Amino acid sequence: MAATSTLAAPAADVPHESPGARAWRRLKKRRTAMVALGILVVLTLLAVFAPLIATHDPTQQSWRAVRQAPSWMHWFGTDEVGRDIFSRIVYGTRASLSAGVISVAIAIAAGVPLGLLAGYAGGWVDALISRITDAMLASPFLILAIALAAFLGPSLQNAMIAIGITATPVFVRLTRGQVLSIKMEDYVEAARAVGNTKLRIAFTHILPNVMPQLLVQGTLTIATAIIAEASLSFLGLGQQPPAPSWGSMLNVAQRFLSNAPWMAVFPGIAIFLTVLSFNLLGDGLRDALDPKAK
Amino acid sequence: MTKLKLLTAALLAAGALTAAAPASHAQQSVLRIGLAEDPDVLDPSRGRTYVGRIVFASICDKLFDIDDKLNIVPQLALSHETSADGLTVTIKLRPGVKFHDGEPMDAEAVKFSLDRHLTMQGSFRRPEISAIDKVEVVDPLTVKLTLKQPFSPLLAQLTDRAGMMVSPKAAREAGERFGSAPVCAGPYRFVERVQQDRIIVERFADYWDKDKVTIQRIEYRPITDATVRLANLRSGQLDLIERALATDIPQIRTNAQLRMAVGVDLGYQGITLNIAKSDAGRQAFGRDPRIIQAFSLAIDRQALNQVVFNGSAMPGNQWVNPENPYFQSRHPVPQRDVAKARQLMQAAGVRGPLAIDFMVPNNPEVRQVAEVLQAMTAEAGFDLKIRVTEFATSLQEAEQGRYQAYMLNWSGRTDPDGNSYSFHACNQPLNYSGYCSQAADALLNEARTKTSQAERKAIYEKLSDILLAEGGIVYLYHRPVVIVHSVRLEGFKALPDGLVRVVGLRFRGN
Amino acid sequence: MFTLIARRLIQLIPTIFFVSVMIFLLQQLLPGDPALVMAGEEKDPAVIEQIRQRYRLDQPLPVQYLAWIGGVLRGDLGESMRLAEPVSTLVAQKLPVTVQLAIMAMIFTLGIGIPAGIISAVKKDTAWDYVVNVVALWGISTPNFWLGIMLIFLFSVQLGWLPASGYVSPFEDFWASMAATIMPAFVLGNSFAGVIMRHTRAAMLQVMESDYVRTARAKGLDSRTVILKHALRNALTPVITLGALEFGTLLSGAVLTEQIFSIPGFGKLIVDAVFNRDYAVVQGVVLITATTYIVLNLLADIGYILANPRLRS
Repeated sequence: MAATSTLAAPAADVPHESPGARAWRRLKKRRTAMVALGILVVLTLLAVFAPLIATHDPTQQSWRAVRQAPSWMHWFGTDEVGRDIFSRIVYGTRASLSAGVISVAIAIAAGVPLGLLAGYAGGWVDALISRITDAMLASPFLILAIALAAFLGPSLQNAMIAIGITATPVFVRLTRGQVLSIKMEDYVEAARAVGNTKLRIAFTHILPNVMPQLLVQGTLTIATAIIAEASLSFLGLGQQPPAPSWGSMLNVAQRFLSNAPWMAVFPGIAIFLTVLSFNLLGDGLRDALDPKAK
Repeated sequence: MTKLKLLTAALLAAGALTAAAPASHAQQSVLRIGLAEDPDVLDPSRGRTYVGRIVFASICDKLFDIDDKLNIVPQLALSHETSADGLTVTIKLRPGVKFHDGEPMDAEAVKFSLDRHLTMQGSFRRPEISAIDKVEVVDPLTVKLTLKQPFSPLLAQLTDRAGMMVSPKAAREAGERFGSAPVCAGPYRFVERVQQDRIIVERFADYWDKDKVTIQRIEYRPITDATVRLANLRSGQLDLIERALATDIPQIRTNAQLRMAVGVDLGYQGITLNIAKSDAGRQAFGRDPRIIQAFSLAIDRQALNQVVFNGSAMPGNQWVNPENPYFQSRHPVPQRDVAKARQLMQAAGVRGPLAIDFMVPNNPEVRQVAEVLQAMTAEAGFDLKIRVTEFATSLQEAEQGRYQAYMLNWSGRTDPDGNSYSFHACNQPLNYSGYCSQAADALLNEARTKTSQAERKAIYEKLSDILLAEGGIVYLYHRPVVIVHSVRLEGFKALPDGLVRVVGLRFRGN
Repeated sequence: MFTLIARRLIQLIPTIFFVSVMIFLLQQLLPGDPALVMAGEEKDPAVIEQIRQRYRLDQPLPVQYLAWIGGVLRGDLGESMRLAEPVSTLVAQKLPVTVQLAIMAMIFTLGIGIPAGIISAVKKDTAWDYVVNVVALWGISTPNFWLGIMLIFLFSVQLGWLPASGYVSPFEDFWASMAATIMPAFVLGNSFAGVIMRHTRAAMLQVMESDYVRTARAKGLDSRTVILKHALRNALTPVITLGALEFGTLLSGAVLTEQIFSIPGFGKLIVDAVFNRDYAVVQGVVLITATTYIVLNLLADIGYILANPRLRS
């Protein structure tokens, strides 16, 4: 969880290449990241066009066809009340992807301003924010998420909020660290001397420097968040029935492990592929955005 | 990497050896029982859980027990006699019984134990036997209970934890900590407990019925996942497991190494409907009893049983199961009738789908039932909005009336009073529906004063006429109680309460 | 340097204080009345009232907090409502289990993570790099509970090689203990291997760019010697300190893994306690794991400073 990456200030770029284009050129070199990106594009399409792709209604029960093994009719088999697992996984993509992206968006939206504030204000404000951040990082992630989700009431939306809050300290720490390292740089000092306001400096100088790391950390945290959502749903604190979520599908599947293993296999593979893709993409981005690397 | 692989392979192989080892012991004298949950505190006065009762069955004998027909039979008592006015119960005790610490189990000890149940801080037994006014020692082997009012379910209560006798000496010495090392008069004495891991008990040499006890030691191991529990039984890590899944029954049947006993739960699974607990209830099921009837008719209990339990549960519509002597055959389990349900909804003035806030405890099996119900009742014009709620939260929500329908399971009591009174009488603690009827109250109270089964059954019949038409609970089914054990274990007898009696168990060849 | 360490030590106090307040408040925010949960099936009002009084649930929050924290400062973590045992007894029973699991998991973490990181750095952007990356990230990308379920299905249900659950102390029966803990340790260790791989890779890449490794290469030493003798030794220092930090995370990271494998450790204790609203247990266990984590964090930092003389000033 403790992200202690050590990226220095941006080095000189190739003159006529924008930082974005340069990162993209480097990212393309990393094949695993490109494959991961491809998978994520496909998953996003699945989520968006779920009604067109699913072969069945994901909530339509069929009591004469419960727990059927995979077949031509049901590619991934059927679940405990006879619903088509393939269609549920396709629809479940929506829950997982949105849970990952939205909870990280919440964490960034809350964490970055707090980090900027802590790094800039210093003194007791910094001390307070930092100690609370430390306290949250020291407490078991899942326990905090469980407690928050139980407090907010079980629903996908509340699970996202709970995960978002729990993931916030990572971004506070990241931003604060970056602010502290850049604050004393010459060009920031210069900007200050010219009379720019702190807020302006934060947006024009500090934020752009944090961006690459935020992008990397954000991508990796999406991976963690998707697992967290699956875990909460596994414990019954996420998506509510009958809407499908990969985690809640696994929760049910556990009871039928010995006589319907496909119920556990496919949602698990779906989670694995999605999370692995975000991890590989995040690592690829880290390489690509590292200013020291060639 | 290769080193690691080797290490892993070596460990796996070692694991295979140890896993296979226990099965090869011919002279086994340790019985390993897999429990579905970790029991709570092992003090008969303070225990709350079903799983705790399974462990108590080996360490704490009771004044009375039940037989396979639910008849009350003596255990630590020899006989009992209720006075004509129902206000005194005289109990004769079995002579020569000793507690695990060697203290005599006599009338003084019985008085001590009952008083402890009644007065101890944090005792959960008080409401069960609160009808007792005082306990008197008549002679060393006779006690007399004086009641505040006649209370026929009393003896049934004494077949459970309220009838468990504890050693006065040990209880006085241990005080609050008694549950950490209970001293009773059962066939096994408590040895050790590691929370969430194991409870170990050992054969008590001075047990009053010691000739029937052959197994030296019992280890109780809580394993929450039913699939894992069964896997452990199959691999020989366990000898007996409780609460196997209904869906695993076919698989267990085909396994020559396993034996299975399937019984029917004393309790029920029902849906508590909020009728008058809060405005949320008054606006839905409380509007018109016909909505309740429509809801019940919309449910296909047979199909539900097939889908969720492979047909191994028992569909039901009353607070006792259809095999119980108190089942009212005048009200057979209804067939699904969607057309009639729709008519009733029309007649009750419901236009369009009736949205219901349906609170469902967070348990995969119950959730599956809820999803099936959601689909079934939709056809009759209900729109169940499932809200999966953790158990702890659901209790508070129910208490405060923040729900319209609530999936609530009752583990069941041997006496029908325990399955009905607190749920339907006005303002009782378990009456979450807020239902209150003078007529029903009168019948519930009257049933408590009669001792003959025939008389009581007649009273309950009138009660069921009222409650099945307008009461706050729609009964669905009675869960199968599946106990599975290895073929090497002999002498197992399934009793209706699903608890594992250890007296009489032996290993083949021992 | 000493002032630095002293400052960090002083910072410990408010952090632990915030942990205690946070976990206390979070618990109180949870819906559900513990007295109702503890009151058994019958829910007798008198019993509920007694429970409220006994565990001070009827008193204002600050009073409850002060009573709890006062007890903690005197070494009394309170009593479990559900099990009627002191929390310290429970902790003493569970800690060895969780520590054993964490140590075994650590072996998997380092055993997978470090070699993967080295290969990935040395063979950067080759097929080797890609393969070990996927292998190391496999664990972090799979929900622990799913991997656990699958392993149980394969090794216990289908093959019958390993016990599906439970725990045996290594002092009772070493091999049985290994058999019982190898699957959960693998699941747990696997999920942190990716983190260690990333750090090893980053550190290796950095060291390999450094002057003395270049010099060593220029001197004509073969690349295996350079990597193993020079680069690795320097790269490993930060990785080991991070390993210490991960060890703290492992102590609390076993939440669902222990649940799946019915391992009676901290994770299972705390999840059960959360769902049963067993306040004292949740508070006590979180406080202990958090404190352990914070202390390990501090030790890791000190180790890092000691290993990097440049940072000492």
